[in-house]
Amino acid sequence: MTDAEAWWEATRDRRLLLQRCLDCRRFQHYPRPLCTGCGGDRLDFVAAAGTGTIDSFTTVERYTLARVRLTEGPILLTHLEGLDDPACDQPVRLAWRALPDGRHLPVFRSADNGL
Amino acid sequence: MTAAVAVVGAAECDLGLTGRSVLELQSQAVTRALADAGIALSEVDGLATNGISRFSATQLADWLGIRPAWCDSTFAGGAVFEMYVARAAQAIAAGQCTTVLISYASNQRSARSRTLTGVVEEGTPEAAFEAPYRPLYPISYYAMVAQRYLHTYGLGRADLASVAVAARERARRNPAAWTYGKGPLTIDDVLAAPMISTPLGRHDCCLVTDGGGAVVLTSADRARDLPRPPVTVLGYGESLTHTGMATAPDLLRTGAVDSGRRAYARAGLTPAGIDVIQLYDSFTISVPLGLEALGFAAPGEGLRAAVPHNTGGGGLAYCHPGQLGVLLLVEAVRQLRGECGDRQVPGARTALVHGTGGIFSSHATVILGVDR
Repeated sequence: MTDAEAWWEATRDRRLLLQRCLDCRRFQHYPRPLCTGCGGDRLDFVAAAGTGTIDSFTTVERYTLARVRLTEGPILLTHLEGLDDPACDQPVRLAWRALPDGRHLPVFRSADNGL
Repeated sequence: MTAAVAVVGAAECDLGLTGRSVLELQSQAVTRALADAGIALSEVDGLATNGISRFSATQLADWLGIRPAWCDSTFAGGAVFEMYVARAAQAIAAGQCTTVLISYASNQRSARSRTLTGVVEEGTPEAAFEAPYRPLYPISYYAMVAQRYLHTYGLGRADLASVAVAARERARRNPAAWTYGKGPLTIDDVLAAPMISTPLGRHDCCLVTDGGGAVVLTSADRARDLPRPPVTVLGYGESLTHTGMATAPDLLRTGAVDSGRRAYARAGLTPAGIDVIQLYDSFTISVPLGLEALGFAAPGEGLRAAVPHNTGGGGLAYCHPGQLGVLLLVEAVRQLRGECGDRQVPGARTALVHGTGGIFSSHATVILGVDR
C-alpha cells in the first residue's frame, strides 16, 4: 500500500492522518517517504486533532475551497461547509463528507457551530 | 561576471485569434526575430523552446532544418523563458554555442485547448489530495492569494480592479494588443463581470489568446557588429517553490523575493536602478504582490507603486498565449531600444523582466540593460 492509499483508507474510520517525523518531530502533509524538515526517513502516522484556522478560501460556483492551517502545522486543501461568510483566520473544525465507496472526504466547518 | 551576452533580436508572431498551427506561429516568431537581428537561420546553433511536443527543441530544430549544438526545453510554466535567457547566456559564455534562439508560440484560442480546471497529472500528490476538491487551476490558487492579500491589508475587490483598468489603459497605446481599440475598462466593469473564483472575476484573469515570440542572443562582442542596439543580460535569478496549493507556508511571500534578490546581486543593481518592469500579470493580484516582492513597493503598497510596468498591456490586456514569458522579454527589449512610440518610457536604460509559472510555482527574473 502506498502512503497515499494508507491515508485514504484511514478516512473510512473518519481519521485525518498526518505524518510525523520521528527524528525532528515535525508534522507534514501530504505523506511521503521523507521528512521535508530534516530529510530523515523515519516517519509514522498520527491522527490530527481536527482543529485549525482558515488561511484563505475561494468560492467557485456552489462550493468553497480553502487552505486550512491545522493546529499541528500542516496546511490542507479542503472544502468549507456551512459557512455563509467565511473569513481568513477564522477557527474551523474537521467534518467528514461520505464518498460513495466508503471513504470520506475531510472538510471543515465553523468551530463555533459544532457538527 | 563572465563574458557579456546580449539580446540582439526580438519579435512577436501573429497574436490573438490566428487560425494557425503552433509550428506556423513559431516560424513567424523565428523568422521575424532573426530578420530583426540581422542574423541568418543557418547561424543559429542554440535553441530553447517548449510547448510543441515531448521533443520540443528537437522538433523545432527539425522544422527549421537546423542541427543545434545546444538546446533547452526545461518546462517550468510561463517563467521558463527568463530561465532560458540565463541558460543561454551561460552556454554562449562557456563557448558551447554562439547564437541562441528562444521561441514560443501557442494557438490556444484558435484550438480552444484551454480549460478552467487545467490538467491533473496521474500519480502526483495533487491528483491524490487536491483534485477531489475540484480547484480551478490555476485560478483558484491566485484567488486564495488575492483573498489573503485583501484580508491582510484591509482592501477590497475594487482596489484589485484598478490593476485591470490600468492594464487596459496601457494596451490602448499598443496596436498589437487584443483589447486595442476596445475602449477603456472601468472599475464597475471589472466588478460587474462574471465571478470565476472569488474574489477574482473575469477581468481579474489574463486573456486566453494565440501568440508567441522569439528573442535572439549572442555574445556582446559580436552584437556590436549587428544592426540593433545590443541589450545586455546584466543579471538573472530563479526560485522554485511548490506545485501543490497547500504547500506554501505564506501565500503572500512568493519565490519572486528570492529570484529577484539573486538577479539584483548578479547585476549589481537595486530596485532604484530599474527604469521599466515587465511583470507576469497572470491575474490582477500578481501585479501588486510582484512589485512588492521585487522591491518596488512595501508590503501592502504594491497597488500604489509608481514605477513604469507592463507597458504593452501585459497578459491582462495585450496577449496571453498560455506562457507569457517570452513576450515580456520582447517588450523589455523594445523599451530599451526606444522603439515603443506612444508607450515608450523616456530614456529607459534598464529593464527587469519577471516570469512566473503555474500557481506562483516557479519564478525567474532577468535584468537587461542598454548603453545610450
